[in-house]
Amino acid sequence: MEPIIIEGTPKTPTIKFDARTGVFEIKGRSIPENSVEFYKPLVDWLDLYKESPLSKTVVSIKLEYFNTSSSKCILDVFKKLEAIHKAKYDVEINWYYEEDDEDMLEAGEDYESIIRVPFKMIEIVE
Amino acid sequence: MSFNVEKYFSELSNGNQLIYYKGNIDSDLINRILDTIEEKLITSNEHSKLRKRVYIVLVESLQNLYHHVDKVPEGFEDQTSEKYGILEVSKVDRGYKILTGNFIKAENVGVLEEKIKRINKSSHEEITELYKYILNHQRISSKGGGGLGLVDIARKTRNKLEYIFREYNETTSFFYLNILVSERN
Repeated sequence: MEPIIIEGTPKTPTIKFDARTGVFEIKGRSIPENSVEFYKPLVDWLDLYKESPLSKTVVSIKLEYFNTSSSKCILDVFKKLEAIHKAKYDVEINWYYEEDDEDMLEAGEDYESIIRVPFKMIEIVE
Repeated sequence: MSFNVEKYFSELSNGNQLIYYKGNIDSDLINRILDTIEEKLITSNEHSKLRKRVYIVLVESLQNLYHHVDKVPEGFEDQTSEKYGILEVSKVDRGYKILTGNFIKAENVGVLEEKIKRINKSSHEEITELYKYILNHQRISSKGGGGLGLVDIARKTRNKLEYIFREYNETTSFFYLNILVSERN
């Protein structure tokens, strides 16, 4: 299947999900008013990927900001990944946060407590 | 019975304004306000922790207005704004204050006030649990909001939500929300 690549804007993140390598990345800011519209293609793409995933999928989340409406959509993305993990495929989520950004670390911990997929919290030191 | 919503807003003003706006809240306006504030916070060399927190709390405040304001009542001076709101961002001693104002149908006041009261009497840990519960259990509403905005604001600021409802006429009230974003100890 074709990778899904969406260029970032000041309000929406860069998305690079590649089914050939199993390397997925969400990076930048996610603060659109209508986050469902933005994330729908990504969630649909994951529905297809979930049918025949690679043995290992590594997901990197490098968000500077996200709004509460995106937080639900990000959870939807993670739930798809959780389903893949539940089907006995290797899935790893790397949650990046900037040095001292407690809010972003807390946000990662929220997801870690809801989603049954191994999370790694990675501090970006400048 | 109606009163001057803008005049009362100025009475609540926190002074030392970085930005003041009244009128229609659309997506472009939100972008412009966010850009302006981000630039001002950077040029004033605000510490990155506080700068980021002010920015994201402002995002939630503006998007709360965008998703939830009710129609302006008949007879109100500005009939062209589909989503009328007032906003002020101020520099105060302890950090920044974000003051917003918007119309709300009288019938919706009770639910919103209950929600704020519940948030205000919760500890930080309880707010975190509430946030996670809503995140995991509530769908995005028809208005496009996730029901998390105020909870997130309280969680990030660690401050109580100051608010006032003022009756505008029999069917409409005006809701003022005054948010302090300060350095955490």
